[in-house]
Amino acid sequence: MAAPQAVRRTSRNVSKISVTSLSAWFGQAQVLRSLDMSIEERQVTAIIGPSGCGKSTFIRCINRMHELVPSAAVSGSVLLDGQDVYDRAVDPVLLRRRVGMVFQKPNPFPTMTVRENVLAGLVLTRKLRRRARADEVIERALSQAALWDEVKDRLDAPGGGLSGGQQQRLCIARALAVEPDVLLMDEPCSALDPIATARIEDLLHSLRDHYTIVIVTHNMSQATRVSDKTGFFLGGDLVEYAETNQLFTSPEDSRTEDYITGKFG
Amino acid sequence: MTRQHTDREYEAELQRVRDYLLPMAGLVESMIADGARAFLRLDRELAEATTKADQKVNQLEVDTDELCLLILAKRQPLASDLRFITTAMKMVTDLERIGDLAVNIAQRALALDRAPNPQTADVIDGMTKAVLSMLREALAAFVAHDTGRARAIWDLDDAVDGHYRELCDHAQELMQSDPCAVERGVHIQAVAKFLERIGDHATNLGELVVFMVEGQDVRHRGKLDDHRRQKRDTGA
Repeated sequence: MAAPQAVRRTSRNVSKISVTSLSAWFGQAQVLRSLDMSIEERQVTAIIGPSGCGKSTFIRCINRMHELVPSAAVSGSVLLDGQDVYDRAVDPVLLRRRVGMVFQKPNPFPTMTVRENVLAGLVLTRKLRRRARADEVIERALSQAALWDEVKDRLDAPGGGLSGGQQQRLCIARALAVEPDVLLMDEPCSALDPIATARIEDLLHSLRDHYTIVIVTHNMSQATRVSDKTGFFLGGDLVEYAETNQLFTSPEDSRTEDYITGKFG
Repeated sequence: MTRQHTDREYEAELQRVRDYLLPMAGLVESMIADGARAFLRLDRELAEATTKADQKVNQLEVDTDELCLLILAKRQPLASDLRFITTAMKMVTDLERIGDLAVNIAQRALALDRAPNPQTADVIDGMTKAVLSMLREALAAFVAHDTGRARAIWDLDDAVDGHYRELCDHAQELMQSDPCAVERGVHIQAVAKFLERIGDHATNLGELVVFMVEGQDVRHRGKLDDHRRQKRDTGA
């Protein structure tokens, strides 16, 4: 039997992630209904829609976190660089190294230091062998997360002692430390104040050059500021998917128009 | 029926913008008619009343802009709401300029020594009616979200341009035939220009309605295409 592998990187595909006929269930309840969506490489793609429309489930299907929920089921395909992430040969743990995730609430390991938090992913996947490399990874990841200058003198302090915005950037640094290709962000700023939110948004502008980012957000102004393309989900369907500028100024579907102008419900 | 916003206060704020715009448009419409009438009849009182009315137009411009700015800050409007607010902010600028032009026409009445002759007066009257018709159509299109009516305004502007050329000819003939009438001829020419500019602003309003409803920017039709074509052909 072949050893489990991470999805191979290829350069043939125009889209980084290609979703076809993706459906997802929690028990009997269908939360995604045969979605087709193509997410382009090194772009920020925003997912918007009302609560319960399947946004979070959608991104959790991309890195196979959905299947961790008992009674969850998935059908259809999710291709990452052309290879189906649901292929039996794909190891979900290795997949999640390539497809990192940042959650709504900052969740650093509270008893671990800043340093240990950044390295947690590498330690768990046994990718860290040398101390010198560890220092290099820490500085790179924290710099990429725009946190290095603020914490470089307290790397051995507990991660839980940082402010909310710093904790969220620490989580981003933790995700970046394993050098993913894709970063999934599930409402990463909803628990943050406007300054911390601005820092994360500024960070997204610099990260888009190196990573493919998919961000779920309830904040439509944020989607207009940070994303290249936006998908509007409703009742498990992808109603409209377009260039962000187009979708927020002249949406084609009246359901999108009603939702983004607040005429929904 | 158009769906209402879930937030009723927001809905009321957008309605207030409409409530500022429409009376403002009605006011400048009266000012054009009054300014032209004052010029044709040498009615100083009406000319001064027209000038005074402009203060209210200016105030409505400032109030509308202030309200739109507040809505942008508070609501971060999107899609049709965003197009409506940006359209409103541009419409008040055009309407305010139309008000100024009506004042300019009225002030020529104060400077005129004698009323224009009947033939010239007929053309001024016809041109005034034509620009008023354009303005009314633009507002009707705005209220009804009717882009067909908005687009039809562009054709009406051709008639205004025709009147403009005719008036310029009248003014020229007048000045050539009677050296004492040069000043009057200059005033007639100026009024023709003011009315022609009002027609241009009414055209702008029609274009804004198309943008507001369809999200399509139709300003500078043709000219931008020519420019792009020229750039492509020259490789610039």
